[in-house]
Amino acid sequence: MNCKNVVRELSNYLDDALDQGLKQSLEVHLEHCEDCHLLVDTTKKTIQIFCNSEPLPLSEDVRTRLHDALLKRLRRPKD
Amino acid sequence: MEPARAKSIDTQASPVDNESVLVAAARAGDISAFEALVTRYERKIFRLAQHITQNTEDAQDVAQEAFLKAFEHLAEFQGNSRFYTWLVRIAVNQALMKLRKRHNKDVSLDEEVKTEDSVMPREIEDWGPSPEERYTQRELAEILARVIGELDPPFRTVFQLRDIDELSTEETAEVLGISVPAVKSRLLRSRLKLRDKLNRYFQRGVPQ
Repeated sequence: MNCKNVVRELSNYLDDALDQGLKQSLEVHLEHCEDCHLLVDTTKKTIQIFCNSEPLPLSEDVRTRLHDALLKRLRRPKD
Repeated sequence: MEPARAKSIDTQASPVDNESVLVAAARAGDISAFEALVTRYERKIFRLAQHITQNTEDAQDVAQEAFLKAFEHLAEFQGNSRFYTWLVRIAVNQALMKLRKRHNKDVSLDEEVKTEDSVMPREIEDWGPSPEERYTQRELAEILARVIGELDPPFRTVFQLRDIDELSTEETAEVLGISVPAVKSRLLRSRLKLRDKLNRYFQRGVPQ
């Protein structure tokens, strides 16, 4: 396993989709390569930050407009 | 090791049981039950639309059209997937239509994308304290929206579906009409690019 292979398998590793042998040789590489260790760590954090981020509340104006428009259309009798 | 996305999708902690009751009521024509579903998911659907279209006005239209379409087609919802996943599919299609219209050209999602060039990370730095501690929720949301907006549509759409809305690789491929290997290669490249971009906000020594 070299650094280029780590980049290639990075997503599979982070998604826990590597077979045991490949996962082990990648982890052996990580123990000795500081750059790859940091790359894996910060890419993992990148995914977690997006995945854990809460969407901001809609402004009252946008929310009112969305609900009013939906209710208006949904309550309209079907042709 | 733990998968990077260990957290449950339903951050608003609403029991799925409750969701299926609301969906059943909405299917029977109960508008207030549907409104409760809209309230539950409007922020996520709006963010998805905003991330893909990169335009606030378009995002509002997309959210409205997606919910309306969902209500009109509720009878077709099989219940095999989560209601939210089904809603995401509708919203993504609306968002992509909007994007194509806005750009007045085909924003191709099935074009061949070279993944080998510039895929190698440029800067590898340790990150400082937890970004959640360094930035307020609003600041963080703005940073994330900015960096995802810097990706091209084929990449930000795949990342949005896989890593934010947590669709599976297969579901993402199906929704976007691209192959599973294409989803995987775009996801890898998106993750690496976003990591590079977030470096400038999160690496140790960057002033707040």
